[in-house]
Amino acid sequence: MVDIAIGAAGAIPPAEVKDVELYHPKSWLTKYVFCQDAKVIAIQYSITALSIGLVALVLSWLMRLQLAFPSTFSFIGPGEYLQFITIHGMIMVIYLLTALFLGGFGNYLIPLMVGARDMVFPYVNMLSYWVYLLAVLVLVASFFMPGGPTGAGWTLYPPQAILSGTPGQQWGIVLMLASLILFIIGFTMGGLNYVVTVLQARTRGMTLMRMPLTVWGILTATVLALLAFPALFVGCVMLLFDRVLGTSFFVPAIVEMGEHLKYSGGSPLMFQHLFWFFGHPEVYIVAVPAFGIVSDLISTHARKNIFGYRMMVWAIVAIGALSFIVWAHHMYVSGMNPYFGFFFATTTLIIAIPTAIKVYNWVLTLWRGNIHLTVPMLFALSFIVTFVNGGLTGLFLGNVVVDVPLSDTMFVVAHFHMVMGMAPIFVIFGGIYHWYPKVTGRMLNEPLGKFHFWVTFLGAYSIYFPMHYLGLLGVPRRYFELGETAFIPQSAMSLNIFITVAALTVGFAQMVFLINLIWSLFNGKPAGSNPWRATTLEWQTPETPPGHGNWGKELPVVYRWAYDYSVPGAAQDFIPQNQPAVVRAA
Amino acid sequence: MSFAILFVLVPIGAIVAWWLSQQRLMAKPWLEVGAIDEVPDTGASSLPAAVIGLGVFLAVVSSLFALFVSAYFMRMQVADWVQLPAPKLLWFNTGALILSSAALQYAHVAARRGGIEGVRDGLIFGGLFALTFLAGQLLAWRQLNATGYFLAANPGNAFFYLFTGVHGLHLLGGLVALGMTAGKVWRGFEVNQVRLSVRLCAVYWHFLLALWLVLFSLLTPWVGDFAIICRGLLI
Repeated sequence: MVDIAIGAAGAIPPAEVKDVELYHPKSWLTKYVFCQDAKVIAIQYSITALSIGLVALVLSWLMRLQLAFPSTFSFIGPGEYLQFITIHGMIMVIYLLTALFLGGFGNYLIPLMVGARDMVFPYVNMLSYWVYLLAVLVLVASFFMPGGPTGAGWTLYPPQAILSGTPGQQWGIVLMLASLILFIIGFTMGGLNYVVTVLQARTRGMTLMRMPLTVWGILTATVLALLAFPALFVGCVMLLFDRVLGTSFFVPAIVEMGEHLKYSGGSPLMFQHLFWFFGHPEVYIVAVPAFGIVSDLISTHARKNIFGYRMMVWAIVAIGALSFIVWAHHMYVSGMNPYFGFFFATTTLIIAIPTAIKVYNWVLTLWRGNIHLTVPMLFALSFIVTFVNGGLTGLFLGNVVVDVPLSDTMFVVAHFHMVMGMAPIFVIFGGIYHWYPKVTGRMLNEPLGKFHFWVTFLGAYSIYFPMHYLGLLGVPRRYFELGETAFIPQSAMSLNIFITVAALTVGFAQMVFLINLIWSLFNGKPAGSNPWRATTLEWQTPETPPGHGNWGKELPVVYRWAYDYSVPGAAQDFIPQNQPAVVRAA
Repeated sequence: MSFAILFVLVPIGAIVAWWLSQQRLMAKPWLEVGAIDEVPDTGASSLPAAVIGLGVFLAVVSSLFALFVSAYFMRMQVADWVQLPAPKLLWFNTGALILSSAALQYAHVAARRGGIEGVRDGLIFGGLFALTFLAGQLLAWRQLNATGYFLAANPGNAFFYLFTGVHGLHLLGGLVALGMTAGKVWRGFEVNQVRLSVRLCAVYWHFLLALWLVLFSLLTPWVGDFAIICRGLLI
């Protein structure tokens, strides 16, 4: 077992860590490839997640092309369309957002922000990345198998997920389930590290209530993920048994192509319960780290302390707890008991309270702040607006009577893309623009960044605002083409073309971002150690990018909370967390 | 889902809530600037990180099995359910697992007292009994297969294979850790270098034993008989 030293006093780790106790890379291979340093693992996670995210982006272009110009592209058939939908959704939610927030941001920021030298179990942390990579490769492999990847929809509902009408029934679904199982195993390894590092490896003076909200967000999301992913694991294992070994956990007696299958008695509804018992916390696994990061971005770039820090912490914890008792609001159309629906509608609407507290606090943080419209700030502001928009349509869908008619329409697609697609992605971009200088030592190019922001922000609204309208018209989701119907006017088709043009434009703006990431690595303006003049510990490292063991010889000591911006009477408009009170008085 | 929520997530939530209540969440950090020598306690536990890590992992495993059991109860309500007659061999296996756990407890106590021989014996017997348990489970599978209780024949059978299989895999994972610890003892490590590993193994073993007893009581229809036997012994 590898332990970061916990001193004889127990609770307070010593300032100096004996060099022996740290992990030392001995060769190029262990320094850059099989590395146990959380910072390298974070970069590996981020690059892998962004790469597989690009695949999902291209899949969304293909879907949009088909919707705008039906029967134009010979290579997109109904089966392919369903495969694109499924893999796009699966990658974006799990392999991109979850992996990037927790594996990427979590690995990089937790040890630096709490003043630790590394994660507490570096070897397990390394394994976590390699199992994640394996999961991604298994997913990619399904593209090259006979029948292609699964087209069951990202929810993988049985029985259709494993019946022969669904594309990818041969190999696709098996590899998809195997990949998810691997992902969960890999995530659990990483998740143990994130939680125990926050609990046990905080530096002297770093009490829980002095932690930046980013750490609170990532910690809470990790706890949610550790408890919720097992539900997906159970669902995947049992579905795999049904598909491969012929058990009847989920699949009822069924006739396929005029032939009685050997299944009997399985309960498809049981899968829906298991899936959404994971699926709803998953929304918050993605949203809660975004809440945390955006709080830090807003405070830093508005040069003002976060409004209501304690409330922010309590709200994060409350949202995490509530997220476990709302899952069935995804199942209003499954034929559930109306009282059941009433219960879940109530709990769903209660979540609006802590969420609204957070939004008010962000806005009040901005109030009379010294707002710098830097690229990270622009993305943080766009998150607030987008999250509020997506949250408001959530109030519609949280009510059973409104949800039932809207459930299978584009309205739902618009809602969840706003609230858990675009909003967290904006935070990811904001976070990358904010911390890239620490990771590489160079600033990202600002004009390119602003171009990227405006095209992405305005483009996202051009895509999803009209989609709400399509949904209200009754345009169904998941349909390969709409054909001739009485209730869908020709104007809806024109709107679809507009949305597709916007989607392609936003997609190409991401290429500008990628070029910026690579170009700035070599040509960016040197950043110095603290370009945003921020208070949190990661900006106080002796080297930039932080070196081996993060902190030189001695660990930093924390004397204050993370939000001392614009303190009256202070020499500068920020006071780092590791600066004691007496120095200021002197 | 009610099983999972009631018996696992509520207790875990209660532990988290209790822990949070110890963390001065009412503090006003913006008013509490420390002077140079004034460094507050971080509130971290004095337990080694590995123990906390194992605790968190056991919470994850509890959540996993609670959800399996929830699915078991949900699926049970469908009319085609037939309870599998659990093979008698399982009683023997359970005995082996109890002995295995006891052996590791012995190793743990020996490690605390500083006796490396006791640690070695405890680890060896713990490992052997665990292997006996696993072999017994495989044999039980074969017996069931031979008598026609195939995996896919009935959901009752499927859950039996699923529970025993997933539990066995967890034990196998534990055996890897146990093997590594035993390897250290073999190579002549001091007792204080293996004390933590032995402790972790023992805790994990007790957990898997408790988990097995829960699963076993679900899988066997004779669990009521057990209570009668116990009462018989007492009188």
